[in-house]
Amino acid sequence: MSLPAFAADMSLSARAHRVATVAAEFADRVDHDGRFPREAVDAMKAERLIGIQIPAAFGGEGASITEIAEVCSILGQACAASAMVFAMHQIKVSSLVEHGGDSEWHRDFMRELAGRQLLVASATTEGGIGGNMRNSICAIEVDGDVCRLTKDATVISYGAHADAIMVTSRSNDKAAPTDQVMTVFKQGQYTLQKTVDWDTLGMRGTCSDGFLFRGEAPSVQIFPKPFAEIAAQSMLATSHLLWSAVWYGIAADAVLRAQAFVRAAARKAGGTQPPGALRLAEASNLLQLLKAGILSGLRIYADAKADHDQLSSMAFSIAMNNVKLASSETILTIINQAMIICGIMGYKNGTPYSLGRHLRDAHSAQLMISNDRILGNTSTMLLVQKPDTSLLG
Amino acid sequence: MNETIRELLTRVGGLPVAVTELEDGADLYAAGLSSFASVQLMLGLEEAFDIEFPDSLLNRKSFASIAAIEQTVSHILKAREAA
Ligand SMILES: Cc1cc2nc3c(=O)[nH]c(=O)nc-3n(C[C@H](O)[C@H](O)[C@H](O)COP(=O)(O)OP(=O)(O)OC[C@H]3O[C@@H](n4cnc5c(N)ncnc54)[C@H](O)[C@@H]3O)c2cc1C
Repeated sequence: MSLPAFAADMSLSARAHRVATVAAEFADRVDHDGRFPREAVDAMKAERLIGIQIPAAFGGEGASITEIAEVCSILGQACAASAMVFAMHQIKVSSLVEHGGDSEWHRDFMRELAGRQLLVASATTEGGIGGNMRNSICAIEVDGDVCRLTKDATVISYGAHADAIMVTSRSNDKAAPTDQVMTVFKQGQYTLQKTVDWDTLGMRGTCSDGFLFRGEAPSVQIFPKPFAEIAAQSMLATSHLLWSAVWYGIAADAVLRAQAFVRAAARKAGGTQPPGALRLAEASNLLQLLKAGILSGLRIYADAKADHDQLSSMAFSIAMNNVKLASSETILTIINQAMIICGIMGYKNGTPYSLGRHLRDAHSAQLMISNDRILGNTSTMLLVQKPDTSLLG
Repeated sequence: MNETIRELLTRVGGLPVAVTELEDGADLYAAGLSSFASVQLMLGLEEAFDIEFPDSLLNRKSFASIAAIEQTVSHILKAREAA
C-alpha cells in the first residue's frame, strides 16, 4: 500500500470542510447553551487554520483574503458562531500581517501565532463610544519600556478564550479621541473582569461578553502605525468582506434546507409543482446576487492592495461599506424566504429544515457596526466623491 | 491660500486645538480632524477655490496637513491652467 493512500487531503478547502463537520455537530448545543465552540476551534487549530494568513516566511501559508473568505463561508454553513470567531480572528491577523512587518516584536509574534496557533480577539468597542471604532476615550500610558492600558470594553468576542487581544486606545492621555493606536496584549499580560453578560438573540457562541480590560506589556507591542491607517487599510475591508463571507454561508445553508424541503415535497406531489418552488427560485436569485457582491468586493480589495493610495481612497471605503450593507440586509430576506418555504418545519427546532438559529444569527449582521452608522459615513463621503460609472471599473 | 485653508479649518474642522497653534506640517488627523469634518473641509475648499477634487486625490494623504492641502489644491489649480 502506498503512503499517499493514507494521507488526508490537505487542501485549504478539505481542511475547512473537516472543521465544518465538527462545527456542525455541536452547532445547536453551542447556540442553545451560549457556550464557546471549543470543539470547532480545537479542530481549526488541529488543521492549522488559525495561522494560514501569516506569510510563509514566518511559518504560515500566506493565504489571501479571498481564500480565507472561502473558509469563512464553508464554516458559516455549519455553525455561524464558529465561523464568526474564525473571521474575527483573521481580521486581527490581517492587521498584523499588513502593518506589523516593520517591527521586530510583531514579526516574532507572527511566528509564535503560526507556530502555536494563537487565537486573537479584538477590543475596539468602548463604553460611552459604542460602535464608533475610530474614537477612543481610554488612553495608553507609555512609561519607558512598559505600557499600561485600562479599557471599559463592552464587547470582546471570545475574550475569555483568546490567547491574545488587540486593543485600541488614544495614543497618550493628551491625544485627541481620533489619535489612536492599537496594542497587542498576550495572555498573562492582562486581566479581564466581566462586566456584561452575552445573553443574546443570536451569535450566542461568540461569547462576546463585556469586560474591564487591564493590561501591562512591553511598549514595543504597540503597533508602530497610527490606528487610523490600520483601520482604513486592513480592518475596514477585511471586516466587511470576511463577515459577509460568514453571512453568505448562513444564507447558503438556509437555501439548501429550503431546497431539500421543496424537493421532498415534489417527490410526494407526483407531478405537480410544490407551493414553495417559486419562492425557492427567488431565494436562489438573491443568493447569487449576494455572492456576486461579495466576489466583486474581494476583487476590488485584491486590486487595491497593490496600491496604498487606493486603499485609503473614498471610492474604496464606499465600495466596502456597500458590500457590508447589502450582504447584511440580503441574508435576512433570503433566510426569511427559506422559512416561509419550509413553514412550521423551518420554524421548529430540531428538524432537518430548522431555520431559527440561522435567522437569529443573521440578525446580528446589521448591528455589527450599525448599518445606520455605515450609511451615515457613506452619505458624508458622497458629498464629495465622484463615482466611477463604468461597468468594469 | 494658507490663510484661506486655516480659516476654513477653524470654521469646519471642529479641532480641540486652536488652528493658529498648528504648524503647516502637523498631522490634522492626530490633531482630531474627524472624517465628517474632513469632508466639510473639502466642500469648503471646492467652494473657495472653485475647484473639484478628482477621485484620485480624495484620500487621507491629500488632506493630512495644511501643507498637504496646499499642495493638493495647487496641483489642481496648475493642472487647470495647463489645460
Ligand atoms: C456578534 C457580535 C460580535 C462582536 N464582537 C466584537 C468584538 O469582538 N470586539 C469589539 O470591539 N466589538 C464587537 N462587537 C461590537 C460591534 O462591532 C459594534 O461596535 C457594536 O455592535 C455597536 O454597538 P451599539 O449598537 O450599541 O452602538 P452604536 O454603533 O453606537 O449604535 C447605537 C444605535 O445608535 C445608532 N447610531 C449611532 N451612531 C450613529 C450614527 N453616526 N449614524 C446613524 N446611527 C447611529 C445606531 O443605529 C444604533 O441603533 C460585536 C458585535 C456583534 C453583534
